[in-house]
Amino acid sequence: MSNENAQIIEKPSAHPLWKEFAFSMKRLFKNPLTIIGASIILFFLILAIFAPLLAPPPRPFDPYLMPHKGWDMTPSPPSADNWLGTLPSQYDILYGIIWGTRNAFRIGLAVVAANLIVGLILGALAGYFGGIVDEIIMRIADIFYAIPTLVMAMALVVAIGRGLTSIVLVLIILGWPTYTRVIRSDILVIRNMDYIMAARASGVSHLRIIMRHIMPNSVFSIIIVASMNVGVTILVAAALSFLGLGSDTGYADWGAMVSTCRDFIVGPPENRLAYWYLVFIPGFTIALFVLGWNLLGDAIRDVFDPRMRRR
Amino acid sequence: MSGETILEVRDLRVSFSLRGRRLTALRGASLDLRRGETLAVVGESGSGKSVLAKTFLGMLDRNGRVDSGSIFFDGKDLAGYSKERDWLAIRGKRIAMIFQDPMTALNPLKTVGEQIREAAALHRGLDRAASRAVVLETLDRVGIPDPELRYRQYPHEFSGGMRQRAVIAAAVACRPEILICDEPTTALDVTVQAQILDLIKSLQRELGMTVLFITHDLGVVASVAQRVAVMYSGQVIEEGTVREVFYDPRAPYTWALLASLPQLGVKGEELYSIRGTPPSLFKEVVGDAFAPRNPRALEVDFRFEPPVFPVSDTHWARTWLLDPRAPRIEAPETVRRLRARLARGTDGPETAGGGGAATGGGDSVQGGAE
Repeated sequence: MSNENAQIIEKPSAHPLWKEFAFSMKRLFKNPLTIIGASIILFFLILAIFAPLLAPPPRPFDPYLMPHKGWDMTPSPPSADNWLGTLPSQYDILYGIIWGTRNAFRIGLAVVAANLIVGLILGALAGYFGGIVDEIIMRIADIFYAIPTLVMAMALVVAIGRGLTSIVLVLIILGWPTYTRVIRSDILVIRNMDYIMAARASGVSHLRIIMRHIMPNSVFSIIIVASMNVGVTILVAAALSFLGLGSDTGYADWGAMVSTCRDFIVGPPENRLAYWYLVFIPGFTIALFVLGWNLLGDAIRDVFDPRMRRR
Repeated sequence: MSGETILEVRDLRVSFSLRGRRLTALRGASLDLRRGETLAVVGESGSGKSVLAKTFLGMLDRNGRVDSGSIFFDGKDLAGYSKERDWLAIRGKRIAMIFQDPMTALNPLKTVGEQIREAAALHRGLDRAASRAVVLETLDRVGIPDPELRYRQYPHEFSGGMRQRAVIAAAVACRPEILICDEPTTALDVTVQAQILDLIKSLQRELGMTVLFITHDLGVVASVAQRVAVMYSGQVIEEGTVREVFYDPRAPYTWALLASLPQLGVKGEELYSIRGTPPSLFKEVVGDAFAPRNPRALEVDFRFEPPVFPVSDTHWARTWLLDPRAPRIEAPETVRRLRARLARGTDGPETAGGGGAATGGGDSVQGGAE
């Protein structure tokens, strides 16, 4: 008893979730790659937030429409007027990059957030109740897995009507099975824990058990998946835009910008690299953005994944 | 002993479907639980002890179902309950359960106090402050010092014994009529075990609860229970007071169980062990389930299932040996010694009529056996 009494004198501590979080953050920022990833994302975040200051829109009511001087189809290289050059029809690349950042965040976060919500609900239903519910949800997920995502996405975007909103919508429709699977497998483990049994035995309802006992204990993997998936989502969205399923020319979206430059990837015979800036700048921006999210996702996995996490 | 039956289980059959096969976990188990008593259910792994307890709360796994039989509790047949809502009125509120491993029986992400409060608030319809007061009182009652502080702590800040106390507090916070303890001390070390057993005993006395104690540790039985039910292969094969079952066992399986206790063995002799394994629960059992392992089995044991034979008002067993036509079969040495001890009346517990006193007397079975 004296041992137990000695223990009690400790102060009550913070919520273990919070303690773990603080520990994780410490771990997180010891890794140089994390710092690089976080800096990249921070950089883009600043671009997105201060877009109206960095690139004042000539028409504030429609800032995503890139301004252009003239209709000259030949792109112009970086100059004092257009720091990063222009697209065909003289759209300013710098303006497109800055305002495109907002779109990139919107696509990535909206798709991932929606997938998370759908995945959590379906995964919880499938994992907790099992049986026929599980069977139906997971077999539908299997069907989604069986169809190549890009092909399915193209077909659906064409069916809905092209545009950025359609791309986001389609990615939401196609993305949930991964999340559902992950959350389901976690819940299958937690569901059989004694404290869930104990909660059931003390008369706690199903909904309450899922919300208060199962969810908080099984969200870790899904957070990792979500953070890794932001970059992937941007890539797929860019690919769909590049294929011409995205916005119209002149809309500040990285994928659409690359798409507009399809005809200028290779320059005239005398100078093959004449239009390097066209593909390189938006392409590099996309790559950098995705890299940032992947580094961040990797870091989050290193810290949160119990198999990677070492004390 | 008040004697009034609070829970009456009759011919309960429970089966599970496992990949197209039927596993029969309970083959017509019958049991009486009397108000205010502690009944210990003993049996080896797979004898159906835990399944029996889970049916009382409607917590069989999804693939399990009650095939037939009844569980009468407060005039209602729980065996017929199928709706979750019906069970929610029973679980925790009227019948509560304590699980084996206190290390995993608490949600690691919620404070201990909040976890206990959850059930208390739910069942008693109390507001936050009132239910908090109930929890603090309960924590104090189960012997957790400084409840105010402990309320705000997380399970990882509790030692094993303290966690089991917290688990018990969660179970008794709603003042259930029946408390089911599913091997509550198995995961604890011996000194803590004794404390927890004492706690359960005193709580039972103070709160007037009926306790169903599931265990495979006969020493624990002797120290907490007034009556014992011995289970084998999905049936209760003998039920009686601790004194009757431990000192005058009638079923061959109970004989074998007692004979294999190291405490009752004779120094220098090889310890008796029951040969063979329990019958497969996938197959239909013909005759007495224990017959194939019983060196004293009769011809009839292999053909017909033995009915219940009363031994006394409080003692019955399922064995053909009690049939008037049965030949006289000598009980094993250990059991004969126990009977002789009972006849001398030198030790052994008082009959279970003494309520709390009986539990005190129960300790001497352990003591006397050594």
